[in-house]
Amino acid sequence: MSGGRNTKTGVEGAAKKISGGRRFLNFLGANTVPIMFIIICAICIPISGFSPAYLINEIVTRMGRNTFLILALLIPIMAGMGLNFGMTLGAMAAEIGLIFVADWQIYGIPGMVLAMILSIPISMLLGVVCGKILNAAKGREMVASYIISFFINGIYQLIVLYMMGSIIPIKHTTVKLPRGYGIRNTVSLLNMRQKLDDLLAINVKGVKIPVATFIVIAILCIFIVWFRKTKLGQDMRAVGQDMEVARAAGINVERTRIISIVMSTVIAGFGMIIYLQNMGNLSTYSSHSQIGMFAIAALLVGGASVDKASIGNVFLGVMLFHLMFIVAPSAGAKITGDSMIGEYFRVFVSYAVITIALIMYETKKRREKSQMAELLAAEQEGEEV
Amino acid sequence: MEETKTLTLKDRIRGFIDSFGVPRLIIAAFLLALFILAPFVGADLPTQISNTINRFCWNGILVLAMVPMVHSGCGLNFGLPLGIISGLLGATLSIELGFTGAISFFAAIVIATPFALILGSVYGWLLNKIKGGEMMIATYVGFSSVSFMCMMWLLLPYHSPNMVWGLSGKGLRTTISLEGYYSQVLSNFLKIQIGNFSIPTGALLFFALMAFGIWAFLHTKTGTAMTAVGSNPAFARAAGINVDKIRMLSVVMSTWLGAVGILAYEQGFGFIQLYMAPFYMALPAVSAILIGGASVNKATITNVIIGTILFQGIVTMTPTVMNNVIHMDMSEVIRIIVSQGMILYALTRKSEGSKG
Repeated sequence: MSGGRNTKTGVEGAAKKISGGRRFLNFLGANTVPIMFIIICAICIPISGFSPAYLINEIVTRMGRNTFLILALLIPIMAGMGLNFGMTLGAMAAEIGLIFVADWQIYGIPGMVLAMILSIPISMLLGVVCGKILNAAKGREMVASYIISFFINGIYQLIVLYMMGSIIPIKHTTVKLPRGYGIRNTVSLLNMRQKLDDLLAINVKGVKIPVATFIVIAILCIFIVWFRKTKLGQDMRAVGQDMEVARAAGINVERTRIISIVMSTVIAGFGMIIYLQNMGNLSTYSSHSQIGMFAIAALLVGGASVDKASIGNVFLGVMLFHLMFIVAPSAGAKITGDSMIGEYFRVFVSYAVITIALIMYETKKRREKSQMAELLAAEQEGEEV
Repeated sequence: MEETKTLTLKDRIRGFIDSFGVPRLIIAAFLLALFILAPFVGADLPTQISNTINRFCWNGILVLAMVPMVHSGCGLNFGLPLGIISGLLGATLSIELGFTGAISFFAAIVIATPFALILGSVYGWLLNKIKGGEMMIATYVGFSSVSFMCMMWLLLPYHSPNMVWGLSGKGLRTTISLEGYYSQVLSNFLKIQIGNFSIPTGALLFFALMAFGIWAFLHTKTGTAMTAVGSNPAFARAAGINVDKIRMLSVVMSTWLGAVGILAYEQGFGFIQLYMAPFYMALPAVSAILIGGASVNKATITNVIIGTILFQGIVTMTPTVMNNVIHMDMSEVIRIIVSQGMILYALTRKSEGSKG
């Protein structure tokens, strides 16, 4: 992150000299979290007693539901802004879109598309606000984006609970609270439920594969791969590598960072609509609150770190994380005889994974910094002699 | 002559606004407006004021727990739940061991202390490993420890019938009443009651004792070293101060204050709240101290007192006044926006927050 390009290549050169035995240890060290998760799953699956067919079915469903959301995290990581806890903003924009669509009674795929279109301007506005704040809080983007998600949640509640129905017209009593304004705790999306998943769905030995959803996810993956190669994508990677060097090369750093957050927010909004069409109902005040945490935990479980994440990490992560999510409660219940233990266990594991990943990232950053300082000192000594 | 005078006055006002901060001014004005409005909308002002004082006593020490870590440059203590957990262990063990009445409160503090020391040292050691990224990791250390303790509250072998689920006879309840234990023991000590207006003297004294303790500590040699570490670590190291040791000490102190803080909170509230309750407790404390004028790396006891009064004042006043004025209870939403907005404001200020 800091320091010139020359010292960076120096570090990489030193890393290449490491022998084969060390390389295996390095591989273990770099993939601690996924390996830990594979072990947890390997222990829990036999204890939980679920059949393989059931597990595969569940995982395929959850992959369709969550992958799009997790992909939203990739672009800010590319731009060096860390894990975007502010992806919740996109989820809230999507929910506002869905509330309108539910009120206007537009069903099925057209309803989903309309909700997505409605979410875009809201996501963009929130993304710009978030990006501007994060630019003012450089170096602590993550904690700031985390607080932004709470702050905007307050504004979201202000709008949805007090302004909708009183200032913003909402007609239908199925959506509105009985008191005349505000939105009900749950908004039924029954007319939209799994409409995308059922489109083109095929059944392989009892496992329902939501082909259309996977096609949408594939399109986003292709877009991300393509985007990395564009001028803007290259600029983002340059900004992520070193802000000062990027600025010297004539890149508008602030603007690039804002664009990355706006893109992430819009994608998160689409992802939330795909997520909710699978669930079939919207918990107006809580659906979005945990989304960021689970998406981030899943990405980290897939072996991503705060400054490096790939599409492969997303898929591995969503599979391992949700496998744990399915088996942990019943494995916990079988071991301790208390069903709540497993529930708490999976929440604990999600948080612990994020904690460990953050700690590993910070220690790595510090180690690199001190290595770089040593190299610089060595270079200077060499010059003196 | 006349002109320079007005200019200096203007400058002075501007300087005052700059040093006080615009958001803080808005919040103070808002609270003042609430107090002025209160009698007109039929709210009983003495009751409201005593409520504010009461809530100040509940929360004051939790806010005070921010001070040592901010002083040593560890940033805002988002890891406060760790201290709260030590306090909860002290509280539940004190009841389990059969202490009752006022003694149970002090027993809880004594029992919580070793937990706070151990957890605080581990936490401090961790924060020394990851200098520069304290706040985010502190948040998640808090979350992980709370969710870990959720399992422990179910599994640990507690037996006291006042605390475990009646039906199964094991696993602690989500809320435990402190009736007969230390509910209101501080507040009722030397309590002054005039009509609807009451002052919980004991609780105020307890807070004053803690606050004075921290103030006095910050003026000792170690305390000055702590401030030096926070304002300029390189300079502190050059002056022969063991930076890591001082930071560790500050984290342990913050954790212990968090433990005592939650016990003081419980004695006022009357209940022990377990499981997910401590989850978001760090955020109100963080925003309170920021409202009081602290920044990411500067905090004083005055900040704690002013901040807690302002924050708790808004929390107590908005529901009653708002309800009467516009017949909508928007207090929760206002509380979220004010407190989170304040934290954001502090995080984005460049001048004092170059490191975090």
